[in-house]
Formats: sequence, C-alpha cells, structure tokens
Amino acid sequence: MSKWPEATEERARAIIAQYPNRRSAVMPLLYLAMSEEGYLTEAGMARVAELVGITPAQVLSVASFYTMYKLEPVGRYLISCCTSISCMLLGSDDVLHALEEEVGVASGEVDSEGLIGLEHAECIGACGGAPAMQVNYELIEGINPEKARQLVEWLRKARPEVVNTDEMQSLFGGRPSFDWAITEDVGAVGPYPAYEPFGTVRSSTE
Amino acid sequence: MNAPLLVTKRMVEHPTDSHTLERYKATGGYAAAKRAVSMTRDELVEAVKSSGLLGRGGAAFSAGLKWSFLAPARPAYLVVNGDESEPGTFKDRQLLERDPHQLIEGVIITAIANEVHHAFIYIRGEYPKPARRVQQAVEEAYRQGYLGQGIFNTDFDLEVIVHLGAGAYICGEETALINSLEGLRGEPRLKPPYFPAAVGLYNKPTIVNNVETLSNLPHILNDGVDAFKALGHEADTGTFLFSVSGHVEKPGNYELPHGLTWRELIFDVAGGIPNGRKLKTWIPGGASAPWFVPPDHLDLPITKDDTAKAGSMLGSGAVVVMNDSTCVVRAAERVVRFFAHESCGQCTPCREGTSWLELILRRIESGQGREVDPDLLLDVSDNISVGLAWPPKMTTICPLGPSAVSPIISIIKYFKDEVMAHIHDGRCPLIA
Repeated sequence: MSKWPEATEERARAIIAQYPNRRSAVMPLLYLAMSEEGYLTEAGMARVAELVGITPAQVLSVASFYTMYKLEPVGRYLISCCTSISCMLLGSDDVLHALEEEVGVASGEVDSEGLIGLEHAECIGACGGAPAMQVNYELIEGINPEKARQLVEWLRKARPEVVNTDEMQSLFGGRPSFDWAITEDVGAVGPYPAYEPFGTVRSSTE
Repeated sequence: MNAPLLVTKRMVEHPTDSHTLERYKATGGYAAAKRAVSMTRDELVEAVKSSGLLGRGGAAFSAGLKWSFLAPARPAYLVVNGDESEPGTFKDRQLLERDPHQLIEGVIITAIANEVHHAFIYIRGEYPKPARRVQQAVEEAYRQGYLGQGIFNTDFDLEVIVHLGAGAYICGEETALINSLEGLRGEPRLKPPYFPAAVGLYNKPTIVNNVETLSNLPHILNDGVDAFKALGHEADTGTFLFSVSGHVEKPGNYELPHGLTWRELIFDVAGGIPNGRKLKTWIPGGASAPWFVPPDHLDLPITKDDTAKAGSMLGSGAVVVMNDSTCVVRAAERVVRFFAHESCGQCTPCREGTSWLELILRRIESGQGREVDPDLLLDVSDNISVGLAWPPKMTTICPLGPSAVSPIISIIKYFKDEVMAHIHDGRCPLIA
C-alpha cells in the first residue's frame, strides 16, 4: 500500500506510539486518512490497516460505524445542521430548508461543484444556542434561515482557506449557549475536526 | 439565585482567561493535586465516598463507590467520558472549553486515588474547540511536571491521552466507549461483568468518570468534604449543572444546588416562557427521561429521589422546555428519531423497535395515523422495555432502546387527546 506524505506518516507514528495497544490508534488514523484525501478512500483505509496491523475490512467496520467518517466525498465545506429536539423547537427545520434551497441540494448531498455538502445532524451539544449548525465541525449558534443563506453565499464567494468558529459566529451567529469570552483565529481546513495532533489546525489570519 | 459556584466559578469570575494555566494557578489551581500526591488510596477514596459525589454523566452512581470497586490487577486505566451527546446537554462542552485545567487536576487526583498511570480523555468528535483547549492544557501540564514521569517531583507517572470520538452517541455508554478506545465499533459490551472497574479497557480494571464529576474533585479536596456536602441539598451533595434549552427566555448552563423547584428553575432562573406563551411540558433530565407537565410537577423539588418518585430522572441535567405551540407528536418523533439513528444495532428490540416507533410517529404527525397507532406504539415500546416500567426493565444490552420509549409513554399519558386529534382530523390540531 502506498504511504502518506512523510509529515503525515510521522504524525501517524506519534499517534500510534501514544497508545498501549496499536489498534487504539484506528480512530485518529482514520482522521489522518480523511485529511489526506477529504474522505476515506479504499487506499486510505488500507494504509490505516497496515499501520495498525488489522485487515482493511476491520478498518471499514470501524469507519462505517461513526457518522464523522465519510466514505464518500462531502465537499470542501461540510455543513451540518442540527435538527434534534432543542434546535427543532427553535426553528431548525426552517434553517435546514433554507440551506437546502441555497446550496441547491437535499440533506445528505453535495453540490455539483463539490464545494458544499449538506447534512442534518443529531444533537451537536449547542442546545442553549439553538438553532445551531457547523461548517467543518466549527460551530455557529443562534442561526436563522436568513443568516444561514448568507453563510452559504459567503462560503461560495470568499472560499475561506480556514473556517473559524469565532469568525462565523460573529458574522452569522446569534445568542450562544454560553459566553465565548475570547476569540481564537484557528479553524478547520476540510470536513474533519481541526485538531493539532491531526495536523488539521490552521490560523485564519496568516 | 446566588448560590455558591464550584465548577463554573472560575469562568464566571474570569471570563476572558479561565482556560489558561496562569489564571488556573493564580486561583488556587493544582493545590489539590499537590495535596493528593501525599495521600493514600484509602484516604482519597474515603474522602470522595463520604462527600456523596454522584456521577454527573446521567447514572448518578456514587463516584467513590465506583472507585472502591476497582479490581487490584494492574495496569489499570482511567477513562474520562467527554462524549456528551444526550440531546439537550451542553454542560461538559463549557467545562472542557472554559476550564480544562480543572478537569486535568481532577484526572490527576483520580489517577493517584486509583493507582492508575494511563488516563484517556475521550471527547466527542463534534467538539473540536473544546478538544483543542484540553489538548493545549494537557501539554501545559506536561511542561509543568504535573503530568508525565514523576509528577510533582514524586515517583508517580501519569500519561494523559486526548482521544477524539467520531459521532456516535452510544459511545457515552461506558463499555461502548471502552470498545471505541480499543479501536472497535462503539458497541456496548454484554454484562456481566457489570463494571469496567473489574474488566474494562484492554480487559484491565478501568475507572470511567464524566467530565463534570472529575471537575468537582479539586473542590472537594480544597474545601473539604463537609463544605461540599453543606453546599448541596440533603442526599444530593455539591452543585449540579443544569443545561436549560428550548422555549425559555434565558437558555444556558446553570450551576445550582438541588432542591429548588421546577417552577423556580424554569421561571426564575431561566426567565420563563417568552412571547407570552404558556408552558406545555418539559423533559427534566435529557432526551432519555420521561416528560413532566404543569401543574402536577411544577412544585416538585429537584432532587434525585423526588424526580425518581415522580417517574423520571435528572440524568445528565438537560432540561428541555416546550411551550404551548409545540406539537408533542413532532417533539416525540424528534427524540425517538435520535435514538433510532444512534442505535448501535446489536439488539433486535432496539434496532427494529426504535425505527418502527419513529415511522409510526411520523405517520401520525403527517395525518396518516390509524386508530390503533397509540396501542401499536405502546406494544412496540413494551417489546423494548418490558411492562413499560420506570426505571425500565431492559430487553437490551444497554439503556438506549428503553430511552426511546420515554417520549412515547409521555405523550400518550399526558397528551392522548392531541395524538388522537392528529389521527381523527388527519392533521396537526395546532396548525390553524
């Protein structure tokens, strides 16, 4: 199986070395595989299998269990619109409909350009700031249909290299679950969590 | 309500930098951990046991008792459950994001108490910002010598690994979380063994504690067991984080002692129902909990026992408030849909039952319901949760399936007329 670029391979080795048991590294390595190709390809999962010492089928059994591991492309910007109970009570279904219209796809699909994917999500833990949504898992609370449309338009026009929760909250958000107090300029570069050990965090001001 | 704060005190008093090491140390941080390194396992377990601290993840099990069950075999492990995913719950997110060092200090105390040298902080994948904050704090703690080899200049080693989940509510169930950490599908393990304290991660003795539970530990050691108990209400010691959401004026996380009434929580603390609407019903303890209604439950004191006696639970502390414009069929469908989506699929009653409940509710909501549907809902529910008892008698490995039954029982018990109106009129009676 083909290896990843050396920087990613090095991250993989560091992650594996942390755990008492190699197999425990499957989940973080699946995120590394996603950061390489945007979603999980057979080659990506095969590399994870090789590094951890299990079969590709065993890797797929894990990947297919969790909603954040994407087995198909989901676009450069993945919009997850929460429609669980607290968000539903405050109008999330209208937000989702507005997003479907504006992106031009149904929930679960990607636009023709491969730029924006849309999904409805189960509870994302932002109930106090309902309705809430995420772009590449970066959170925006207190959204409404109009602001959601503006956000899609902004993604299309600005095509930010990095999507940053604080920036999006200030541009399109409303009442949050709790006071965020300080802002940070880091964010996500693809449809997977922005997290330092995965090498997926970038500064948006650089 | 001006009750003394514990776990949210620092973030309330120092909103701009409560997450930093400097602020943490300047406000007494890591003093409890330093004290803990010179205490014995028995002393620490006894302190936590006698504090009465109950697990804040939903099951409300005595934290000290859980520790005392830890089998003697070593290595043993500590797993922090930060997979907060119960609809309505967002308290751990605030603790992780705003006061990560408080959690790490709790981890150190727990590790010392249980002679554990490997701890895992499992944070749900949808929480990248909290995970970034915790990872940063862990690195700072390593640099200070609070984590790593020979912590606080003793011969005690403690490695802490932050592990991200990937979108699976079921991983909040402790044995599913352990499987997930082992690189397996997040499916709950068959019981017995009932407690990971006997057989857990890598088949070794394992302590699994919730984020809020561990965040309380520095305060118990610093202020003393008696002060912690005095802060609480009778058997419910300490404070409790309520996540209030839905149709209230001021949604948010509120750290309060138990014992206030639901009326006080909803109308005084959370500011009541906006837009001149009336309170219709509320979920007292997360999506899994049976619902409460006014006026029957409004003046009940919020305690573990009073809530259980009234047929529900405080669970993870999530209070979801619904006003009189809410269609209860739709609300129930949304809660049941969650459990259907999150069912791991191992047990037939849950895998099949939750999906059928969702489909039947959707049929009623869309005006296609049949006269027999309420009985059908109860029959399917009875196959998931025998006798529809509270607490549930399970036919499944874990409580996820029976959780989906709570909204069904609630709407048929309190809102049967509204359900039947959907069926008889072929539409929702609340839409003019």
